[in-house]
Amino acid sequence: MIELRGIHRRFQVGDQLVRALDDVNLTIGDGEYASIMGPSGSGKSTLLNVVGLLDRPSAGQYLLDGRETTGLDDDALAAVRARRIGFIFQSFHLVPRLTAFENVELPMVLAGFAPAERRARVAEVLAALSLTDRAHHRPDQLSGGQRQRVAIARAMVMRPTVLLADEPTGNLDHVSGAEVLAALESLNAGGITLVVVTHDDEVAARSHRQIRMRDGRVVHDAPTPGAPP
Amino acid sequence: MRFADLLHLASESLLRARLRSAMMLLAMAIGVAAVVVLTSLGEGARRYVTGEFQALGTDLLIVLPGRSETTGVQPGLFSGETPRDLTLDDARALLRIPGVARVSPLVVGSAPVSSLGLTREVPVIGTNSDFYYVRKLSMGRGRFLPPGELERDMAVCVIGMKVAAELFPDGPALGGSLRIGERRFRVIGVLGESGRAVGFDLQELVIIPVSSAQQVFDTESLFRVLVQAADHDAIPRTRDAIRAAITARHQGEEDITVVTQDAVLATFNRIFTALTLTLAGIASISLAVAGILIMNVMLVAVSQRTAEVGLLKALGARGRQITALFLAEAILLSVAGAAAGLMVGQLATVAIGRIYPSLPVGAPAWAVVLAVVIAVTSGIVFGLLPARRAARLDPVVALAGRR
Repeated sequence: MIELRGIHRRFQVGDQLVRALDDVNLTIGDGEYASIMGPSGSGKSTLLNVVGLLDRPSAGQYLLDGRETTGLDDDALAAVRARRIGFIFQSFHLVPRLTAFENVELPMVLAGFAPAERRARVAEVLAALSLTDRAHHRPDQLSGGQRQRVAIARAMVMRPTVLLADEPTGNLDHVSGAEVLAALESLNAGGITLVVVTHDDEVAARSHRQIRMRDGRVVHDAPTPGAPP
Repeated sequence: MRFADLLHLASESLLRARLRSAMMLLAMAIGVAAVVVLTSLGEGARRYVTGEFQALGTDLLIVLPGRSETTGVQPGLFSGETPRDLTLDDARALLRIPGVARVSPLVVGSAPVSSLGLTREVPVIGTNSDFYYVRKLSMGRGRFLPPGELERDMAVCVIGMKVAAELFPDGPALGGSLRIGERRFRVIGVLGESGRAVGFDLQELVIIPVSSAQQVFDTESLFRVLVQAADHDAIPRTRDAIRAAITARHQGEEDITVVTQDAVLATFNRIFTALTLTLAGIASISLAVAGILIMNVMLVAVSQRTAEVGLLKALGARGRQITALFLAEAILLSVAGAAAGLMVGQLATVAIGRIYPSLPVGAPAWAVVLAVVIAVTSGIVFGLLPARRAARLDPVVALAGRR
């Protein structure tokens, strides 16, 4: 459960104060599939970073699964990110020198899991994303769609409750993009909360709840017509 | 994060940036090798010189005319008298001191030495039979000066091998006749190769009885007197007794200097240890330079891998883990560099030992430890700044790839 109450995020750029988020109030329940849309500079990426605990709000309250997060220090935030949140990026952000398997393993390595448990879980998520035969390829030996699926596997390996995707199909052709979305949606069907930032109406139309932003404010927030409740 | 995983991740990124890693490794290896080789040379020189002196025996005392003062005015300057010469009578007096095993007076000069029209200018030493034992000489052929009273002037000489070869090119030198200055001497022995006479080449030397040398060089005074103590423990006592005996003979004026072999050895040891330390210091500079290079390259690596740092943070890495990752890379490099440098340094040392067999080269243990400690320390110190810079990156900014 994501609860944002009166969230502000302001940046000082030169002598100008930029209000990237301006009094955002938003609640996203467990297992929801929400999309965030808006023109560039509308604050949608900042919102995703705040929800993902990568960025701290300047003011307001953010409760993740009922726990206040705004008072936590960097290490505590890192721990929450590691356990509860999975990130998907437009440019994949795979470590180029590591194989698909090692990339997926990385969050578990950072969290200090034993190698045997890592192997079992990585094999499991790779299989779930039909990447078993690509496990020992490096990113430069994989197609764009495969790379993003490796990134999804990496986001999933710690079994988070929330999956945050920032333009997950932005660098992909139509077919690969559809594959990636299908993969994300099947994870959502399994119960994970999915939030996708996109400027693609088609992508937004597949979500169950559409949030639109402009100038740091939420200007539209409604269920997609015909979506399951 | 587990330690094994940390090492694995760090070495993986080092292996992927092969050229960069190789350059840093090389810099570190050169620094460590320089320390090892230079201190080996310094230590070799020290061992060589102290070895030379030790071969003479540490139970040796050298009596020099004149008082060596480190401060003040030379004695006698105000009273108008010069230091008294050491004479053969002084040397004889030393023999009566308990604890003195052998006394060998020396008269040293250079004179033209000729045989059958061949002439050479050669160092000539006037001494007695004890010189053979004091300087641990060996004979190639014939015998050394016969024992006898110091005053006995015998027309016999012992010559070095090179002198023998040059003045008697056609026949055996033994039994031949030499002219030294105005006097003729019969060759009764040719020196062998072993033995030490610091400051002289034993191959190029003519040794004659001390009183004969006094006549050749027309002098009453001795260059110095070598005294061998009966045992090493008696040296301080013997030294005081020598001073007292000569002072009594010189009307209460202590106008000699007694140098023990130990003191000479200690002085040389100090000089060469200082030399080795200086060399180590110079070589350490190259280690520090290598450390700065590592910092530089690590800073570049951090800025190249900004996005990766952001990703690691997004995946839940704490600041300390990021620091550890980059620091591990720097430390791994410096440890590998130090190991490579030690190997190269040892190989070079062995090679130098082969080329100059008489030089007992070998890096002292403290230098090896110092080199490795400095290498690893500079890896840590210079790796820390880039690592902490990486750890402090804002994940949002880092992920965007901006700096």
